[in-house]
Amino acid sequence: MRKAPVNKIISFSNVDGPGNRTSIFFQGCPFNCRFCHNPETINLCENCGLCVDKCPARALSRDGDGRVRWDPSLCVQCDSCIRVCPHDASPRVRYMTVEEVLHEIRRAAPYIGGITVSGGECTLQNDFLLELFPLVRQMGKTCLLDSNGSFDFEKDPRILAVSDGVMLDVKAVSPAWHEHLIGAKRDTVLKNLDYLLSVGKLQEVRTVILPGRDEENEVTVRYVAGRIGSACGYKIIRYRPFGVREKYQKELGEFTVEEEYAERYAALARSLGASQAYVV
Amino acid sequence: MSDALKIIQDPTLTYRQELVALAHLGESTDDTLRYSDAYYEAKKKGALCDLNEGVMPFRPRYICPDYELLFKKGCAFLELDPPKDLLEAVNVLEIFYCHVPSITTYPVYLGDLDKLLEPFVLREDRAYAKKVLRLFLRNIDKVQTDSFVHADIGPEDTVTGRLLLELTEEMQLAVPNITLRYDPERTSDDFALACVKCMLKTAKPSFANHRMFAKEWGEDYAIASCYNGLKIAGGGYTLPRLRLYECSLDAKDPDDFIARELPRHIDLQLEYMDKRVKFIVEESSFFKTNFLVTEGFVKQENFTGMFGVVGLAECCNHLLGITDNKKGFGMNEQATKLGLRIMDAIEKRVSEHVAPYCDAFDHRYRLHAQVGIDTDGMDDSPGTRIPIGAEPTMLEQLEVNEQFHPYFPTGTGDIFKFEETYIKTPEAVLPIIKGSLARGLRYFSGYLENNDVVRVTGYLVKKSEIEKLRQKKQSLNQVTVFGMGAQDGGHALDRRVQHHEESARQ
Ligand code: SF4
Ligand code: SF4
Repeated sequence: MRKAPVNKIISFSNVDGPGNRTSIFFQGCPFNCRFCHNPETINLCENCGLCVDKCPARALSRDGDGRVRWDPSLCVQCDSCIRVCPHDASPRVRYMTVEEVLHEIRRAAPYIGGITVSGGECTLQNDFLLELFPLVRQMGKTCLLDSNGSFDFEKDPRILAVSDGVMLDVKAVSPAWHEHLIGAKRDTVLKNLDYLLSVGKLQEVRTVILPGRDEENEVTVRYVAGRIGSACGYKIIRYRPFGVREKYQKELGEFTVEEEYAERYAALARSLGASQAYVV
Repeated sequence: MSDALKIIQDPTLTYRQELVALAHLGESTDDTLRYSDAYYEAKKKGALCDLNEGVMPFRPRYICPDYELLFKKGCAFLELDPPKDLLEAVNVLEIFYCHVPSITTYPVYLGDLDKLLEPFVLREDRAYAKKVLRLFLRNIDKVQTDSFVHADIGPEDTVTGRLLLELTEEMQLAVPNITLRYDPERTSDDFALACVKCMLKTAKPSFANHRMFAKEWGEDYAIASCYNGLKIAGGGYTLPRLRLYECSLDAKDPDDFIARELPRHIDLQLEYMDKRVKFIVEESSFFKTNFLVTEGFVKQENFTGMFGVVGLAECCNHLLGITDNKKGFGMNEQATKLGLRIMDAIEKRVSEHVAPYCDAFDHRYRLHAQVGIDTDGMDDSPGTRIPIGAEPTMLEQLEVNEQFHPYFPTGTGDIFKFEETYIKTPEAVLPIIKGSLARGLRYFSGYLENNDVVRVTGYLVKKSEIEKLRQKKQSLNQVTVFGMGAQDGGHALDRRVQHHEESARQ
């Protein structure tokens, strides 16, 4: 049985695509964004055991093989474990089968329009999704990928063939700034932007507006707006410090970006033809 | 200090509120209606509650006049001709409302306002019609000053329905309460979405499962008061309630409760209802001389008694020895199953009882999941609701509700509090409502976390008006004081928020 590491499933979400959707968050991401608001989803647990003693509810233990186990029935969601983890991982990950994930989706099915897979980075789980998506679509539900663009969709088109669309992050466009902020090159992301547009599978693009980074923000927004035009939504996300690792908060900012500041970029995007640009 | 003096000197009561309190005090001096000793004992223990209906029922509790008849033939007693235009129509209604009695002294059902007014609205230009309706709503808010005053719209989309939604948003009034009768085949998504948007901004309308109600009552049903299903040209005589938690205190275990204590209390409540109904019909003058009856706006045979229950969750948890609500009813398969067993037993026994003067309902009373009153505190949750503070996720809460709502033709409902971002995504709310109604939910209410108008347990209040009472000032709405009590004692505004646990990816 194929299994995938699931960080959490939210049965009803209004912020992960159109309508009401079930969101599935997978563990593991090839990027390491400085502004990541859930850095505990970046890596898989290395079983170092550091978090086990820090759990006040005794929800964590080690099994015979030295692996760290999490008992959801005891967990009080205090987040102590993810705060102490030095590896940007979490012990609260369930390895679930396609059938187990489907079971959760079936429960929510009467109330949702579809599902969105997110993360971490969902495309790391493509083999799992290739099994899951056709079954979800059989239920009459749509399947969206919420992706950071690290996977080259053109190279292996199988996953797109079973998906209804991609919500793509374009975090930065200037090469140096992208490498600094993300820890990876931008090229695949930008290639995906054009490719997804050309095949009509771009559901939405998202860019996080950082406090005081006028130049970097503008370069990114101008680029994206110029490419997408009115073809899809453009979500301008205000940077929020919640969940961001302390050292990066110090670098990027300890306050939420003002609505007004973000609105400037949405207006810029609209003036360049991205008619569906809006701030969240 | 005498009770009368206390009322007269209370700085928070308006003149009309004093009048109502004094009338109630006067009524309580009579002891014509007597019940068995066992009844009084159970009442004293808190297992039975008469909702302070008053010892001498001089009118049915809820009255739902046939407003279509009023528009067709006018009213002789009030010397009102059938209205010929919009202005006359709202004027006729405003006058008539002042003469519709109820337990609250205010009319609990204002009619299917969109259907009633649509022919008149269509003959005017939109701006003028809107102005007239604005004044109409203002009249209702300032004259019928009680949040149990209730108007219905739908299932179809109408110009009047749209105008009422627009005005509700613009005016942010707590009165009247509004319900959309939702039918998936007759209510367009576009109109339903307009209702969701209005609900997020003003806590109304709520959504009623039209198909479910129509099947039980026929098309001519009203949603009145907080969420009560009743027959138009009829109503509800009385609404007492079993406080199930207290009913369960002397039971040894679930089986003992269902075999002994539950039927005993059910029978006592039936005794109370039978006596009251007979009194209202046979002794009081209402059904003999009131113009509503003599002119045919209501018919006695269209009334029924409402058999209320509260505290099912606490009852189940108690019987199973569960002390932490978070591990009990609604979260725990065993407790929820016990709840269903108990409801089956209640439904069966009540439906076996031949009730007096309920001709249109096969001589039967109908069940009601009572919404709770301010003095219930945390002992008895409304109807079959999961206790506040122990709510699971919205999905799980709906799944539990859907199993219990079909038991209650005279009303039940649950309330969902949405986090701020939902104001921008009403299309994420509609599928939740549609899905749950399709699966057996009877009644859905929602509101946004930070609104001023909020839904307490079934009725609406303004948080700013509660604040007035706290500062010992008067509130025009006579229900505000219940809202304050429910907030303090029942933490009714602290219900779980449906929010995005993960904000948009960053
Ligand atoms: S969040 Fe982590 S530390 Fe806290 S109770 Fe759960 S497992 Fe233990
Ligand atoms: S979650 Fe982190 S701290 Fe805990 S065992 Fe895994 S790697 Fe170590």
